[in-house]
Amino acid sequence: MKFLVCISNVPDTTTKITFTPDNKEFNKAGVQFVINPWDEYALTRAIELKEANPGSTVTVLNVGEADTEPNIRKALAIGADDAIRVNAAPKDAFFVAEQIAAIAKEGGYDVILMGKESIDYNGFQVHGMVGELLGIPTVAPAMKLDMSGTTATLEREIEGGKEIVQVNAPFVASCQQPMCEPRIPNMRGIMTARTKPLKVVAATGDAARTQVTEYALPPKKQGVKLIPAESAGDLIKLLRNEAKVI
Amino acid sequence: MSVLVVVECDKGEVKKSSLEVATYGAQLAAQLGTSATAIAVGEATDASLAKLGEQGITKVLYDKEPRLKDFVNNAYTKLIATAAQQEDAKVIVLANSNIGAAVGSRLSIRLQAALATNVVELPKTDGGQFTVKRGAFSGKAFSDVVLNGDRKIIAVKKNSIEAQHEAGKTAEVVAFSAQLGDADFADAPKQVVMQDQAGGILLPEAERVVSGGRGMKGPENWGLIEDLAKALGAATACSKPVSDVDWRPHHEHVGQTGITVSPNLYIACGISGAIQHLAGVNSSKVIVVINKDPEAPFFKAADYGIVGDVFDVLPKLTAAVKELD
Repeated sequence: MKFLVCISNVPDTTTKITFTPDNKEFNKAGVQFVINPWDEYALTRAIELKEANPGSTVTVLNVGEADTEPNIRKALAIGADDAIRVNAAPKDAFFVAEQIAAIAKEGGYDVILMGKESIDYNGFQVHGMVGELLGIPTVAPAMKLDMSGTTATLEREIEGGKEIVQVNAPFVASCQQPMCEPRIPNMRGIMTARTKPLKVVAATGDAARTQVTEYALPPKKQGVKLIPAESAGDLIKLLRNEAKVI
Repeated sequence: MSVLVVVECDKGEVKKSSLEVATYGAQLAAQLGTSATAIAVGEATDASLAKLGEQGITKVLYDKEPRLKDFVNNAYTKLIATAAQQEDAKVIVLANSNIGAAVGSRLSIRLQAALATNVVELPKTDGGQFTVKRGAFSGKAFSDVVLNGDRKIIAVKKNSIEAQHEAGKTAEVVAFSAQLGDADFADAPKQVVMQDQAGGILLPEAERVVSGGRGMKGPENWGLIEDLAKALGAATACSKPVSDVDWRPHHEHVGQTGITVSPNLYIACGISGAIQHLAGVNSSKVIVVINKDPEAPFFKAADYGIVGDVFDVLPKLTAAVKELD
């Protein structure tokens, strides 16, 4: 079984988001970048399934410029076998999906996994686009993934419940908790990752369908109105008569 | 040309988020000088679909194929694509739900459309450009995005548009068939398992949310959260540390790596307000924080606060809600 795991490089979850003075770009200064937390579920689950199915391989794919390589190496240290970096700044979800579809087609991957969404652009789009570009099923978002031969059984989250879905490889799944416990690299992994293959390839085309023109921060709150704990019930009156939300 | 609105239904009723989407679609159609048609998916009744007229929808297409009752990605994609072509829809509007995202992303390829998810307001369409405002950085920011090309797909964030109700107006419900066959249902679910929802209120759609953190000290104390939630008609939620230690199920985890909610009222009990948690709730209209630590960062993001012990404050709030008429 050949697994392709797509990872994106995102600001650490503790990052305070700021923008360049013209509000046209995210301000990267001083920001720590990590593997997108949702993608960690995809990566770890692929490695677990590889370990359970000898002869399988896990390839990590990132669409990004050279500054993403530390996180690609981290994915290799966690247990992926090799990596591909499409050397391009991601323009939009469609652009990224076209890159992934081209690599998946060329490499003949059976299972294409990624996180539910990236925590920076929050598109939740790439999975379905890749599935449609390749003409294969997509299961999104998946909370559980088991493989038996080339048949996968997945749990897909729906509002208020879950669906049990069975698909045959090749397929795409976008992953989220509680699929697995994401792994962190150990020392041996870090050492071996240095020599694992990381292939850099050029982008396929440059089509994008959307452009970000401006960013904005959410409006600031006016300040908190404190109610003494002894008269907590007054809060309920304020919520009804002042805030008018109950 | 027209605007096509995808309306999700469940147990015969149109979902709340789809009433918002219908309103958005009708307002957008008016802005573009055209009309809004809906395509219904899931289990619907003609009567509930006709009522979409109250949101400004003129016509509702409904395919009574029984296998469309549950979500099937390929079948739903084909159904909506067929409707979009028949109606010559230049804009397709859906909910930013698990169904909306799964179908919208496939449709964008099939229909060669530009897609924007997590959209929070009507687009700006002056000057020949089509610009939407959407949530980004997991609730920490917004971005303006230009959608290029002839066709657009917009997934509207829940609770960001208020559903309009113009009583008495009805939409025409029209039978529709996308000629779906067995192959379209190959990825149909084998089984659908619904959770036991306290009071039947789904967190992603809830207008009010009562949420607990580590300050609740253990799962055995969640009755206090549930009592207040029940009295308010609210859904229950929790912070990441709480779901990490399995005090509560992960689908209740609100935050940057959980779900993002934007209810009218969010009451945080014993949650300090880490930046990742704030990201998941900061688009809530009114935030109430109850914490015994006056230095808890959450107070800075709150509208109302009580510095006090949750075990003392929560029963008082529940009692006060019950005293309301």
